[in-house]
Amino acid sequence: MTVASSPPSRLPLRGAERAQTEPKSRRARAREGQGDGPLAALFIAPAMLGFLVFLLWPTLRGIYLSFTRFNLLTPARWVGLDNYTRMVNDPIFWDSLKVTVEYVFINIGVQTVSALAIAVLLQRLTQSAVLRGIVLTPYLMSNVVAGIVWLWMLDTQLGIGNEILQGLGFDRIPFLADETWAIPTIALINVWRHVGYTALLLFAGLQAIPNDMYEAAKVDGASEWRMFWRITMPLLRPVLAVVLIMTVIGSFQVFDTVAVTTAGGPANATNVLQYYIYGSAFGRFQFGYASAMSVALLVVLSAITFVQYRLTQAGHTDLG
Amino acid sequence: MAAVTTTTRVRPIRRRPSLGRAAAWTVMAAIVLITLLPFYWILRTALSSNAALTADPGNPLPVDFTGGGFARALGVQSTKEAIAQGGSGGGLKFWRYLLNSVIVSTLITVCQIFFSSMAAYAFARLRWRGRDKVFGLFLAGLMVPAIFTLLPNFVLIKQLGLVDTLLGIALPTMFMTPFAVFFLRQFFMNVPREVEEAALLDGAGKVRIFFRVLLPMASTPVLTLAVLTYITSWNDYFWPLMVSYSDSSRVLTVALAVFRAQTPQTGTDWSGLMAATLIAALPMLVLFGLFARRIVGSIGFTGIK
Repeated sequence: MTVASSPPSRLPLRGAERAQTEPKSRRARAREGQGDGPLAALFIAPAMLGFLVFLLWPTLRGIYLSFTRFNLLTPARWVGLDNYTRMVNDPIFWDSLKVTVEYVFINIGVQTVSALAIAVLLQRLTQSAVLRGIVLTPYLMSNVVAGIVWLWMLDTQLGIGNEILQGLGFDRIPFLADETWAIPTIALINVWRHVGYTALLLFAGLQAIPNDMYEAAKVDGASEWRMFWRITMPLLRPVLAVVLIMTVIGSFQVFDTVAVTTAGGPANATNVLQYYIYGSAFGRFQFGYASAMSVALLVVLSAITFVQYRLTQAGHTDLG
Repeated sequence: MAAVTTTTRVRPIRRRPSLGRAAAWTVMAAIVLITLLPFYWILRTALSSNAALTADPGNPLPVDFTGGGFARALGVQSTKEAIAQGGSGGGLKFWRYLLNSVIVSTLITVCQIFFSSMAAYAFARLRWRGRDKVFGLFLAGLMVPAIFTLLPNFVLIKQLGLVDTLLGIALPTMFMTPFAVFFLRQFFMNVPREVEEAALLDGAGKVRIFFRVLLPMASTPVLTLAVLTYITSWNDYFWPLMVSYSDSSRVLTVALAVFRAQTPQTGTDWSGLMAATLIAALPMLVLFGLFARRIVGSIGFTGIK
């Protein structure tokens, strides 16, 4: 962490100013060699409170709860590794992990390719801010709204999607009611909602590539296709890597869309991990078991992040 | 060389209309269509009657044009009438949920941005022992996925007796997110030192410098962050679903899912549901419309996901 450290700020403070802004004693102590310590403590206190109470403490507590049996009503009882052995032997857990991974693969694959295509089109074709705004609009919807709208558009009997399919001479597809179609459908609904945002992040990365490079390549007679592979991709890679890590972590946490469209069905076909965790906690009050599964999810996500950082060398780029 | 270029100026590389460009524009048009079609379909369905939707599902225009869907969503239709038109008669206390959403999102946005910017300033501009270590700790918080803290946070909120309250929904994200701190610190670090020094020489204290000089300078990043935070908290579903049980704390996203689950015997009340989704999404569309230019311009800079 390279922090531009401030020069020692020991400029004399004027009395009036001092009285106005801070209690005297704090100010007085601040001048005596501690830098801005007391003031910094004051400035950081609310954020620190939030960090400790709602981020650090729950993280530790979540790990603790995963070793207990806990139903919210009676105190948590330590059961050692019981929840973890149960998890390993729970076919539904493995099934939901499989479903989640399937979802993530489809979602990430389609989303990354389309976002890249949109970003490149936005950059090479037109710089229109209006188009960029349009592409972002689905992001303004909640997952709940997006889920409900597509549930309607893809309805087997009345949905416009199936009307079109039939008009083109195909059979109707029960998109969300069929075990094989449900997960890909949910993955694509979430692509629809998020792709514009991802595209804009990539677009920002593309903007950093100097236009001269494209002009020079064009003078040399390079095609758009060739420029994409020789200029765009190599220079965009660090940005792409960071965006990819963020979208993978985000898409592992799919819940809302499943909750409003299929509720885990049909026959557990869309019972993604988060949905199973939620059901265990709030449906069956097994908070300990649900916590153990959350720990498993955390481990999976950390491993993915680590591997991705290594593979893409994204660690060298600035996350901003 | 110079003499030559004065007579034959470098011609700008002209973009000739080519097959490739036409194809690219076609793809772009298709993307816009897929992006916007669902919005149109919401409107078209909301303005149709349920009976007509069943009879004529493929019609691109509203069938049997009616405002009944909106009336049901807003709860201004009599139960008898609602059931006759394919609604559940359960109704939606729309204004209550709208108010709840506004309160929660405003509370989260205002407090989070304010506290986070104070912390960001302390990390970027103040000198104190252990600063980089504490900041590293905050950064590590970025790596903890939201799902992991949800269950323990629910337990905590329950122990605090705040289940089913708006404060309970807002509290966990009210003080900070690691991202907001990180993002604003980045901005404060790039402010030239001279700005601060000039203010110091004028006799301003650090607190005053923050509120009067640096915070106003940061208005663009703060605004972007605020709008995106507002949208995020408005659209949040999982956490409010956990915490709220009754109308008193139910926000729009949760209410919509409940409305969707209240399937009347005749089948889903699609026109009422679409009217409700449209009303629920409208405030964010308006908000975005107001600030679109700035947000679209700076979204790559934020990297929020």
